[in-house]
Formats: sequence, structure tokens, C-alpha cells
Amino acid sequence: MSSVIGSETSPTDTGDVPVTATPEGRRPRFSSNAFRSLAVAMWKGFVRDRAAVFFTLFFPLFFIIIFGTVFTDGGTAKGKIALVGDVSVIQQLPPDAKAAIDKTLELKTGLTRDEALHELRKDDLDGVLEQHGNRLELKVSNGDQVGAATVQGVLGSVVDSTNIAVTGQQPRYTLSSSSVQDESLKAIQYVTPGMIGYGIAVGATFGAATTLVEWRKRKVLRRLRLAPVPTSSIVTSRVAVSLAIALFQLAVFVGVGMVLGLRLTGSWYMAVPLTLCGTLAFLSIGLFCGSVATSSEAAVGMANLITLPMGFLSGAFIPLEAAPGWIQAIAKVLPMGWLVQGLKDTMVRGEGPAAAILPMLLTLGFAAVVTLIATRFFSWEDS
Amino acid sequence: MTDTIEVQGLVKRYAGKAVVDDVSFTVREGEFFGLLGPNGAGKTTTLEMIEGLRRPDAGSVVLLGEAPWPRNPRLLPRIGVQLQATAFFDRLTAREQLSTFGSLYDAPAGRVDEMLELVGLADKAGTQAEKLSGGQSQRLSIACALVHDPDVVFLDEPTAALDPQARRNLWDLLREINGRGKTVVLTTHYMDEAEILCDRVAIIDEGRILRMGPPADLVRGLSAPTRISVERAALGLDDARSLPGAESAEQDATSTVITSRTPAPVLAALAERDALAGLQVRGATLEDVFLELTGRAYRA
Ligand SMILES: Nc1ncnc2c1ncn2[C@@H]1O[C@H](COP(=O)(O)OP(=O)(O)OP(=O)(O)O)[C@@H](O)[C@H]1O
Ligand SMILES: [Mg+2]
Repeated sequence: MSSVIGSETSPTDTGDVPVTATPEGRRPRFSSNAFRSLAVAMWKGFVRDRAAVFFTLFFPLFFIIIFGTVFTDGGTAKGKIALVGDVSVIQQLPPDAKAAIDKTLELKTGLTRDEALHELRKDDLDGVLEQHGNRLELKVSNGDQVGAATVQGVLGSVVDSTNIAVTGQQPRYTLSSSSVQDESLKAIQYVTPGMIGYGIAVGATFGAATTLVEWRKRKVLRRLRLAPVPTSSIVTSRVAVSLAIALFQLAVFVGVGMVLGLRLTGSWYMAVPLTLCGTLAFLSIGLFCGSVATSSEAAVGMANLITLPMGFLSGAFIPLEAAPGWIQAIAKVLPMGWLVQGLKDTMVRGEGPAAAILPMLLTLGFAAVVTLIATRFFSWEDS
Repeated sequence: MTDTIEVQGLVKRYAGKAVVDDVSFTVREGEFFGLLGPNGAGKTTTLEMIEGLRRPDAGSVVLLGEAPWPRNPRLLPRIGVQLQATAFFDRLTAREQLSTFGSLYDAPAGRVDEMLELVGLADKAGTQAEKLSGGQSQRLSIACALVHDPDVVFLDEPTAALDPQARRNLWDLLREINGRGKTVVLTTHYMDEAEILCDRVAIIDEGRILRMGPPADLVRGLSAPTRISVERAALGLDDARSLPGAESAEQDATSTVITSRTPAPVLAALAERDALAGLQVRGATLEDVFLELTGRAYRA
């Protein structure tokens, strides 16, 4: 009857409860009761933690409100450019094309080159345009990147259209409004998806990391080993709570954004699956931080060290269009970059639902890989 | 009757040193069993190997007819454990802690208020666990161990942070649980607690069981003298030594203490001299047992 546990265990085995799998059939079965009560415990733990609520909800909301109100005026103001000398491409545009440009750009003429450049340096102008034969030369201000992007975008469209005309195809001098909007997203348009991405990242990362560290430090994980609760109930309840928090964030941020003038485009609903997939990716990062760190301070520090720079490098705070090329390159390999990209494409850029597929696959793959790595560091109790 | 717990040759080593060293004992069904010993004796380690939280390096444990290691889900609903370090969910109130733990075991919801009442925390039901006093959180921790009405209860120093009143209340509670047929295993520093509560105790020091048996038997088996003390002013040292039956006598700042194996004539002589002011008579205790076994005084 007695099962003798011999002393043949490896001498390195000093840990008390290694994560070795229990034999099949000896695992407690998934219990929905346990799942529910653990989820409720985690949810209450979250809403009663002021710092956690602040960073997952109010901090991103601040950004949305500040950008949405303060910078909206700057965003809607027309880009001002000066035409120096004879710029026939613009001046000879047909009236409807001219009208389209006038909606977004204010054209000034009659300035000398030096006067124009001086005003550009003072940021009174967004751009100075000259024509040298077949070449258009645009100088933009570094100070106002949104304005500069607007001007570049509009003129780019003009040049494209003109090129088509010159190469003998049917001239099409119409500037489609969507292409204009695409390059000159109003502040609220890019800040909302950016902050959704950032808020979700912070919520999921911190949620998983602090639950893991706190529960381990407070011996709750140890205590749960003594209750007939399978690991799957613990994990799924944490995942479910994080997904619920993320959907709540999505609803609140979009709601506030719309009050401040956010206009959603066709396949915005893809933000929901994107949010869920992104949450899983950041839960895996949180799992990693929580497994590696031994104190909640260390876990929070690590989570911050990962999510904050990622926010800047992923276009969550600043529009990537205005960012240097190396940032754009980095954003392409970061989970927050994929998430923000997918959210912007579907929510404000008018792309179809298919634009969400790749970011979803990438975040899910990332989640799987990082979870696998994190479980190698995981332990039920402090050693 | 079957043994509820059977421990054979249990060994646990840390850094090459055996902190539990060839420990064997059995606990019968319905018994109240105590592990008694000073800090670092190996009580917690022994207990946690029985509970299935730590893996023994050698030896075997059979708990309710099953092996507790590796984690054995068939055993878990039948045992209730209060860990030495309290384990609570963050920011949940006393009631929420209990109902969370309760639902992990599918315990009926009514148990929660019953348990709060039982450990005297009904008025603290809405207080977050972090804000309970040491003794209160200790009691909550015990309530959490009992919420699913387990057959075997393990308590690791349950009275450590309690005031005398709460300690006595908890003793009553544990006796009551034991009286309902539950097997109780506790560890303690306190000799008096072990003497009062336990059917049998194992005195453990440096990982080894020194002696095991009913507390009264352990004390009786000892030829320790009785200590009789009176106020220093009532009796001089020389007088004390000359009393019939006195083996030795000493004085401290407040009292004169006589040791004797035949206390009756000593007491009679004291009464005759009317030197009974501040009289205290102390028989041998488990403390004397520990002293005799280890050659050093017990410092819990
Ligand atoms: N995880 C561990 N790693 C290394 N040493 C340990 C570990 N757990 C316990 N020990 C050592 O084992 C010895 C016995 O510890 P244990 O906790 O069992 O004592 P105890 O009798 O419960 O003491 P206390 O009365 O202070 O609770 C101690 O010397 C302790 O330092
Ligand atoms: Mg201990």
C-alpha cells in the first residue's frame, strides 16, 4: 500500500514543488465553480487596486482626451504652403482638383524664396514648394510633423495623378478624399487605436505579472496546490479576466474617442478579435515577467520596461508616418506594433477586415512562443 | 481501526543537511496529534511532506490510504491545511476569502457565515484580509482550512499570534472539531498547549523524534522533581534546605524555590511555619521532558 519514494531523486532537486506533470488521471478535473470564483477573486483584486485601474484605464484615457481636444485644432487646420516662383503643376490644375487641394492646403503665392524659407523655419508655413522643370521640390518643417505629413500626402497624390497624366494615360486629376485622410489622420484618429493598443498591453501584462508574483509571494499559489483545483482553472480564469478587462478598455476608449470626434471606418469591428489576440500576446509577456521576477516591484518594473518603450516604438503615442524609418522598422517586429497597425488599418484607415488577419496571427504566434518560454521559468513558490 | 497517517523513515535534506531525519509515526483516525519542538526543529517540513507539498528525499507517507506525493487530487478535498504563513487572495474581504476557498471545494455557501461565527470574525466579515490583525488573520486562515469540513486537519502553529483569550477559544474549537471524529495534527511551540490538547505528542528536535506518547505518560516517565516556591521574605535559604524532604533550595529576587521528589512533607512543614505566602507548586511538565532529553532548556 505504501508507496516508497526512494532517495534516487536527483541531487539538484531542491525545489519543493517542481512543475513536473502529474500522471494522467491524477489531475483534478476542470471545475467551472473554481474557475468562476477565481475569476471573481482576480476581478475584485483588480478593481480594488487603484494603481492598476489608473494605468490600464485612466492613463490611456488621459492621452486620448489630451490629444483629442488639444491637438484637434492643429490637426484640422489647413496645411499652409508657399509656392515659390512658377509652379505650373499646381497652378494649372483643373478647378475640381484645385478645390480638393484647397480643402486641405492653403496656398500662398508672391513670397520670395528667402522669405518663404524664413517663415517655414518659424513654423508659420508647413511647406515650401518649388518647381524645377519636371521636378517638384518640397521643403517641409520639422516642427509640426502632422502638418508636414498632411502637406506631403496631398502633394504626393497630386504628383502621382499628374504623372499618370504625363505618361499618356487618361488624366485623372481627382484627389480621392480617402487618400487625403489616410496620410493626414487627425490626432484623435491615430491616438485612439494607439492608446487601445497601449492600454491593452499594459492591462494584460501587469495583470498577469502581478497576479503571478503576488499570489506566489502571498503563498496563494501554494495554497491552491492544496485545493482540488487544476492549473487549467487558474490559468483560464486569469485569461478570462484579462480578456474582459481588455474588451472593457476597448469599449471605453472607443466611446470617449467618438465623443471627441473619432470616426470609425468600415471594418472597425475587427478591433474586437484584434484586441483579444493582442491581450493573449501581452498576457504571455506578463506571465514571463511574473515568472522571472521575485517581487511585485521587480515585476512591475520589468513590465514597464517592456511596455513603455514598446508604446513609443509601435506608434501608440506618435503616428508612425511621422516617425523616423528605424522606428517604423522596429514597429514591424513588435507585438504592440502589429496590434496598433491592425487597429489603425481597420478602425480609421478604411481597410477591409482582411487587414486584421496578419496582426492576429502574429500576436497569437507570439503568445504561444513566449508562453512556452515563460513556463520554463515558472514555479509555484519562491525557492 | 485504520491509521489515518502512516509515516515511515521520512527524510528531507536541504543543502546536504537532513532537516527531517528518519521520522516515523502513525496517527490513528480521530486522534489529536501534536508535533512539538523549538524553531527549526523540522515540524513544518514534516507536516508539508505529509500534506504532499514537499517531496520526501526518502521514506514514505500514507495519508488516508493514499500517497500524497505527487499531488493527489483524491486526497485534497479530504484534508484541510492551515499553512504557517497565511495565504490570502489580495484585496478580498474575510467573507470573500472564505467563500472563494469554499467554492474551490464546492462547499455549501452557508458554511461561510458559520465559519466566520465559529472563529469569532463575524464582525470583521467585510474587512480586507490585509487589514486584519495578526491574530485575526490567523483565525481566518484556520477558518479557510476548515470551510470544506475535511476529515483530516493540519494546523501549523495555529495559536502563534493569538492572545490568551483567542487561544483558549481556538482550543475549544479544535477540541470540538476533534470531538466530531476529525483527525487533527498540529505543530506548536507551546508545551502547555500540547499537554492540554493532544492525545499524543511527538517531541521533535533537529529533525528527529526524541520521544512520543501521551503527554501525561511522558511526564510521568520522568523522575523530575516538583518545584515549590514561596515568597523570599517568608523563608530563608538555610531554613528551606533543612525542611524534611527538600533536595535543594535556591533564591532569586522575589522567591525561595525548593525542589523535592516528596512534596507532601515539605508542604506540611511550610504550613507549620506559616510560610505559605505566595505559594506555587509546579509539577514536572513537558518542558522538563525536553530538558532531560536534550540536556538544554526549552526555548520556544
Ligand atoms: N526550502 C528550504 N530550503 C532550505 N532550508 C529549509 C527549507 N525549508 C526549511 N529549511 C530548513 O529546515 C529546517 C527546519 O525547518 P522547519 O520550517 O521545518 O522548522 P519548524 O520546526 O517548522 O520551525 P518553526 O517553529 O520556526 O516554524 C530549518 O533549519 C530550515 O532552515
Ligand atoms: Mg514551522
